[in-house]
Amino acid sequence: MGDVLFTSAIDGLLIGVIYGLAAMGLTLIFGVMDVINLAHGPLIALGMFGVYLLFTFLGLNPFLAVAIVAVIGLLLGVVIYFIAVNRVIDAPPLSSLLSTFSVNMIIIGIGTAMLSTSSYNVDYSMGTMDLGFFRAPGARIAASLVALLTTALLYIFLYRTRPGKYIRAVANNRISAELMGIPSTRILALAFGVGVMLATVAGGLIATILPINILAGGSYELKSFVIVVLGGLGNPLGALLGGLILGLIEGIVPVFMKTTWVPVIEYVLFVLILLVRPQGILGAKE
Amino acid sequence: MKRLFKPGLLIPIAIIIVLAIWPLLSGNSASSREAMFTLIMSMALASSLNIILGYTGYVSFGHIVFFGIGGYAGFWAITVLGWHILPAALLGGLIAALIAWLLGLAVLRLRGAYFALATIGILEAMKALVVNLDFLGGPVGMEMHFSEYKRYGGPMQSLWMIYWSMVILAIIVVVVSYFIKTSKFGLGLMAIREDEDAAEVMGVITPRAKTWAYVLSAVFPGIIGVLFFFKNGNIEPGDAFRLHFSIEWIVMIMLGGAGTVLGPIFGGGVYQWLRKTLLTSPLFKNYQLVVAGVMLLLIVLFVPTGVIGWLRARSAKLRRIFE
Repeated sequence: MGDVLFTSAIDGLLIGVIYGLAAMGLTLIFGVMDVINLAHGPLIALGMFGVYLLFTFLGLNPFLAVAIVAVIGLLLGVVIYFIAVNRVIDAPPLSSLLSTFSVNMIIIGIGTAMLSTSSYNVDYSMGTMDLGFFRAPGARIAASLVALLTTALLYIFLYRTRPGKYIRAVANNRISAELMGIPSTRILALAFGVGVMLATVAGGLIATILPINILAGGSYELKSFVIVVLGGLGNPLGALLGGLILGLIEGIVPVFMKTTWVPVIEYVLFVLILLVRPQGILGAKE
Repeated sequence: MKRLFKPGLLIPIAIIIVLAIWPLLSGNSASSREAMFTLIMSMALASSLNIILGYTGYVSFGHIVFFGIGGYAGFWAITVLGWHILPAALLGGLIAALIAWLLGLAVLRLRGAYFALATIGILEAMKALVVNLDFLGGPVGMEMHFSEYKRYGGPMQSLWMIYWSMVILAIIVVVVSYFIKTSKFGLGLMAIREDEDAAEVMGVITPRAKTWAYVLSAVFPGIIGVLFFFKNGNIEPGDAFRLHFSIEWIVMIMLGGAGTVLGPIFGGGVYQWLRKTLLTSPLFKNYQLVVAGVMLLLIVLFVPTGVIGWLRARSAKLRRIFE
């Protein structure tokens, strides 16, 4: 029993890091511009298929493909910002919810027309890593390490570079930031791009370890909502913690009850946290 | 009584009645009845959601949860308890209203994006819960035996009965929507939409008004859910709690104009008509979702008040006709 519990917990934490990374993209965008990006799921799916296509047709190493997908994600995010978000940035929340949801519909529409909704697989193995007390597929451990590395890079970007500091300044108070000479529209576009980049990277990492389809992003989007609320809306480090908690729940709960109860627990927790402590565990942005 | 004979109320009712009798006039009545059923159902659903979303300004993203809850309650009463469809439909509405009231006490304290997220969470929690409830059929849902229709004089008669019930219900929704819009209660809701804190200072008892708006917007989807799944013959969690559908209702409202009586009627009709046209056209068949997405984006970016809202803003004359 103890052994099973331990293995399930580690398994859960490994995938939880990737959930956390996906959620970080959502929470960063919300934190900076109060927009809930409802195109988050399809963008995760685009990341998955980016890696799949680069791996299958160009024969690239999947982890190298993730890096390329990250760059494409950043650019795509900036484009989406200027098309769909910039005009409604100061409108009531319904407008940005709907404009990002229309991006969701467009991506899913094109995706299903071109790829159908059938399942694809990145056929890549790195063997099994055996640490004596714990065994896991190598790709899974590598994916989690890349997710952790990306998180670290995000923090270095936000706290040690000038554009990152601009993003934090705009998140804190857009009007003051503008008065200080920060070009807020460009910074908002950059922040949206980084958020989308995180989503596509998470999708790409998921593609290396699990089968994918164009609609698969939807379930990760819902998980991201739960995580983001757990950790505090707008708080990237909270998202990592929330991801770990969610991974742990998904790892441990099936040991005790049917797997189908996992989403019930997740979403009830989600609604309860919203009601009792809407600022999340670590606190939302002010 | 004077409020009854205003164009603001008569126009939407006239539209529904004209659409409703269309299958009787056209030759192929079965297929046009099905098309009109979808159209009128969408209008009624969008109008119900408009009460909380358009008038009150609370974005209930997962509003289909009430459609599913009502549908399940009614379906269960019909198949397990052997109830007649009409009391079962009322039961569906009642249960949906009750749950909306209980949920409303909790989630209506949240504002803006937090409320929208919470409604998505509630929807997904409910769907995941129903999957685990064996007495509701779990993940495969419930089926109704075909012989159930005998009670109403065969499948043909039951389909027509459901159709006319839907039409009457849609008219009731429009009347309720109109009376809310033109009442003091509705004025309170719209004050909440514009500025909740100011509304409270001005004497609107906001928690009570919001809860009532939420309950009223949940009753009708609950009843419609029962009618829809009775007509379908089966119910399953994937159909009853599909987030995508409730977002379609929002698209209809936005298309016509949030916070107007006529808007959801117009938007529901146009949206379903467009969808049908796109689905049957060889060029757009595979891309109907893309077209709908582009359309929504253009509306949100350039005509955020919707068609009816836009027309109302143009001239005072139209403002008197369209409510």
